Amino acid sequence: MSEPLLIDKSKKGRKAYCFPALDLPRGFEQALPELPSHLLRIKPARLPEVAELDVVRHFTKLSTLSFGVDNGPYPLGSCTMKYNPKLGEQIAQFPAFTTMHPLQDISTSQGCLSIMYNLLEDLSSITGMSWGSLQPCAGAHGEYVGLKMIRAYFLERGEVARNKVLVPISAHGTNPASAVMNGFDVVTVASNKEGLVDIEDLKSKLDGSVAALMLTNPNTLGLFEKDILEISASVHECGGLLYYDGANLNAIMGMATPGDMGFDVLHLNLHKTFSTPHGGGGPGSGPVMVNDTLRPFLPKPDIELTDGGYVYTWDRPLSIGKVSMFWGNFLVLLRAYVYILRMGSEGIKAAAAHAVLNANYLKSKLEKHFDVPYGGVCMHEFVISCENLKKEYGITAQDMAKGLIDEGYHPPTMYFPTLVSEALMFEPTESESIETLDAFADSLISLLERAKKDPAYLKGAPYSTPVGRLDEVRAIKEPDLHY
Amino acid sequence: MVYPYIPHTDEDRKRMLEAIGVGSIEELYASLTEDLLLSDSVPISHGRTEDEVLRMITAIAQRNSTGIPFLGCGCYDHLVPSTVQTLASLPSFVTAYTPYQAEMSQGLLQASYEFQSMICEITGMDVSNASLYDGANSAAEAATIMIGSKRKSKAVLVSGTLHPFTLQVLHTWALGTGNEIRVLEEKNGVTDLKSLHSALTDEVAGLIVQTPNRYGLLEDFSTVAEQLHEKGCLFAISSDILSLAIQKSPAEWGADIAIGDTQALGLPLAFGGPSCGYMAVTKALMRKIPGRIVGATVDGQGRRGYTLTLQAREQHIKREKASSNVCSNQALAALMTTIHLSSLGWSGMVEAAQQSYVKAHYLAYHLAQLPGMTLVWDVPFWCEFPLRFSDSKKMRKFLQELRNEGIFAGVRLSSLTRETKDELVLLVAVTEKRSREELELYLAAARRVMK
Ligand SMILES: Cc1ncc(COP(=O)(O)O)c(C=O)c1O
Repeated sequence: MSEPLLIDKSKKGRKAYCFPALDLPRGFEQALPELPSHLLRIKPARLPEVAELDVVRHFTKLSTLSFGVDNGPYPLGSCTMKYNPKLGEQIAQFPAFTTMHPLQDISTSQGCLSIMYNLLEDLSSITGMSWGSLQPCAGAHGEYVGLKMIRAYFLERGEVARNKVLVPISAHGTNPASAVMNGFDVVTVASNKEGLVDIEDLKSKLDGSVAALMLTNPNTLGLFEKDILEISASVHECGGLLYYDGANLNAIMGMATPGDMGFDVLHLNLHKTFSTPHGGGGPGSGPVMVNDTLRPFLPKPDIELTDGGYVYTWDRPLSIGKVSMFWGNFLVLLRAYVYILRMGSEGIKAAAAHAVLNANYLKSKLEKHFDVPYGGVCMHEFVISCENLKKEYGITAQDMAKGLIDEGYHPPTMYFPTLVSEALMFEPTESESIETLDAFADSLISLLERAKKDPAYLKGAPYSTPVGRLDEVRAIKEPDLHY
Repeated sequence: MVYPYIPHTDEDRKRMLEAIGVGSIEELYASLTEDLLLSDSVPISHGRTEDEVLRMITAIAQRNSTGIPFLGCGCYDHLVPSTVQTLASLPSFVTAYTPYQAEMSQGLLQASYEFQSMICEITGMDVSNASLYDGANSAAEAATIMIGSKRKSKAVLVSGTLHPFTLQVLHTWALGTGNEIRVLEEKNGVTDLKSLHSALTDEVAGLIVQTPNRYGLLEDFSTVAEQLHEKGCLFAISSDILSLAIQKSPAEWGADIAIGDTQALGLPLAFGGPSCGYMAVTKALMRKIPGRIVGATVDGQGRRGYTLTLQAREQHIKREKASSNVCSNQALAALMTTIHLSSLGWSGMVEAAQQSYVKAHYLAYHLAQLPGMTLVWDVPFWCEFPLRFSDSKKMRKFLQELRNEGIFAGVRLSSLTRETKDELVLLVAVTEKRSREELELYLAAARRVMK
């Protein structure tokens, strides 16, 4: 079932692509001096030499050994693996977009600029913020940029002592990592029994050294931080700012805004909430959105609409500067814009509502069989713990996940958030129907029953894939990272 | 009510609410207090049908115009085999998440492994990651590696000939961190390496250079690696990856870190993104490189398989101690490069680079004969070169008239640097894709304007 490396099918002299012959006047090439020899490459690179059909079969085979939303349900918590509309794919291949050079004269790229400008307007409305930048290429990139703006803001105010970023224990790993990249110290905030920010702990950590609190709301347990207004007021009172990790916006878009909750800056994951495909790991897009306080610090250039059309504005003295090579992942922005146009104000709200409905429905089916440590109504996702299973039967969260693969599902997120031991995090999204959710729950429950009777079976899963569980230790100890 | 992409019927909703034990979806939002729940819909437009969206976007697209691009500066119009778009559009690639579940993601993982292999082969380095956001961000990540690799260091030296946007991204990287970007000045269009020795103070962690540089010129890094390594500094070279088919590879110059963009290998212009950043390093830096890495290993039955590996560097394990925050990368763009390289092979890559070289020189040679414009420096270049105009009125007229003929004649350097000293410099890029006819069209128009 496996596929050899393409390099192993290589045969000297075989070609999959031909270039047109050079047709310059005779003699020009001959007369052209070669580059100085000390600048020339010495050793050729070993690349496949194959025919076009070899390339096609190879990558088509590799695609069959991959699994996307189009292949089946993908309840991967925190990743919002909703359906990626084909309309977006179709439009993203319009030559009127794919053949646009990022530096061509602005009078010739008004279409692209208008899409970016209008997308920023819509994202501002959806988040309740005043403006943003589309340059960040992913969520973590947006975090880095947002915290950079917070840094610049305090530098501008001469508050150089504000060196700490508070991060709840339930936060995604990118949050603390982004803070450190901006030279901040990370202070962890505890969670309370309900799985929400422990406000007493938070308040005890608020002082003049705090630059910001980073928060995901709903948080990574799928719970809405209901005291958010008190939290934001406390942080602001001590002079700090609030950063919103927008990875979970899908639960609340159209229903409530981070702006109203008191956040000063946020990033969105267009590759989650706004239905752009994840591409097997990227490209995504992580726009940052800010309120008026931080607006002057946004990356450059900004886009403005003038009488003469859309223009880039570079003259922004407080801007943190550029954060990407050009203007961002434009084709991803385009898909997100198409999604918003298609859904409209009622549609995005309905998406949120049904994402929350689906999560609660699935939870109601699973909680009779599994331990849901932070129970009650959830938002768009919820987390179960396999800790008891592990104690009683030796079955881990990973075992359950691997068993699901054989049932034709992509497993939920494993071992995150770390607050829950043996965690499995489910985010069904609004895309799945009741029948799919029923079938999924039935599969999981029967896996559980089987596991209890025959733990060895699950330990050996998956069985239906070209390889079984891989030796991760060997991968690290004897790194084999290229052919 | 029917909403796009949501399968629920009224009946479904009813059954689901019953199962949950609530009367309405609103009840599920009970933890949002009144003052947070929006009373109105957010002020964006109403939904549209597919056809309405298509018409609307088609109308917007008409406000774009395309020309024959002689534009480069980090984004180039090369020939791309038809296999690339077709295969990279296969839905199980496009709609997959990061391959956390290795057993069901062998295809994506193997494609990444092949990508890493090709990047290692082309750069000559030992270890490549599975991609970064873009070339500028790869440079920022290289700066982070440098600072982390030398104790008590706080400055990264960079050449003043880096792409202006890369330089700007590096300045942003340093902002507010206590680290510093120090610029080695240029001389005659290339890095002034004579000042390198004295610039290598104890706080300096490394040097980042670029070739072809911001002007398209090829730099000579003889003895640079030795000087840096003697002082415990790292050496990073940023390159348009296609140029490495002709010029010395980063490994051949003795670099520790190879960075850049793979846009020239299989990616459309796409208004600048998605592109695909690459980074490859020496074995010594294997545990410092940021981003996803795929490795080969075996399963319980000894079957070869691929998995994400060396994850102890990454944010989801190490949190604030991670080597970088990067999570999502540019995997699908990296896949396009992999398919592209699989189709071209080494000989195809050399051919693309070589033809670009010859065609660029053909255009440069003839333009240099015209009054009012000169090649700025007599330094070897590959597929892009800087022209200096004698006056700005002439330059504007030149750009305008060529645009009227459907030719995008080049990028004004000052549009990147925003500096007056660069106002008369035009960067012209020529790839193998430009036909003889297009070159002659350019020349004829240029002769008319500049006579
Ligand atoms: C809560 C949360 N924050 C941030 C991120 C990082 O986003 P990205 O992968 O786009 O960088 C993720 C992604 O999984 C996430 O789930």
